[in-house]
Amino acid sequence: MSETIKKFLYLNRKAPYGTIYAWESLEVVLIGAAFDQEVNLLFMDDGVYQLAKGQDTSGIGMKNFSPTYRTLGDYEVKNIFVDRDSLAARGLTQDDLLQIAWEDIETEESVENIVTVVDAPAVRALMDAADVVFSF
Amino acid sequence: MADTIDVDGKEFAVDEEGYLANLNDWVPGVATVMAKQDNLELSQDHWDIINFLREYYEEYQIAPAVRVLTKAVGKKLGAEKGNSKYLYSLFPYGPAKQACRFAGLPKPTGCV
Repeated sequence: MSETIKKFLYLNRKAPYGTIYAWESLEVVLIGAAFDQEVNLLFMDDGVYQLAKGQDTSGIGMKNFSPTYRTLGDYEVKNIFVDRDSLAARGLTQDDLLQIAWEDIETEESVENIVTVVDAPAVRALMDAADVVFSF
Repeated sequence: MADTIDVDGKEFAVDEEGYLANLNDWVPGVATVMAKQDNLELSQDHWDIINFLREYYEEYQIAPAVRVLTKAVGKKLGAEKGNSKYLYSLFPYGPAKQACRFAGLPKPTGCV
């Protein structure tokens, strides 16, 4: 096993339904979690809707996979970022988003909500700092 | 692999790998019959894991990867059960894969 920890950034920019991108991205994150890398997720543009609370897909015949985002803490994802400008442009705030908890059961260290809303400079810094960017 | 399994005279559709085709069809007898096909007899310890997986799926809409399952079981059922040795002793074909199949869930994400 390689000891090199890389910083992965998963960039999610599309609405949750209508295309397969959001679900595919989530699956890659869940599968990739087995590789012990540092994983960050960033939601911007219509991608912010992926984290919206209260999704109801009964009218479109698709599975509502939004509950699955709440497992990301179990999959060793410690940082989930949401672009503030994208939220504002859609009339949304952090209150409209899911809360995702993270907990280390060995050390009992825990974070109540790993979803953080960030400004444009922080978005740029995240992209700069990433070794690998997966854009969905 | 047959495309249906027979549980108390009722036919249940399964996919080509033996996973239940429709999650909502599940009844406990499905697990018992699938276990018998794998030469296992289900104990309360098996049922604890199977029920745990069904609750996990109900809440999160996915079957957990084995690493996540191990951690979550440890949290819920105690550290002596939250390790892969214990889980493999119950489910020799892999706790996530085999137990998820018994529980009527899809194959866990990340399993090949």
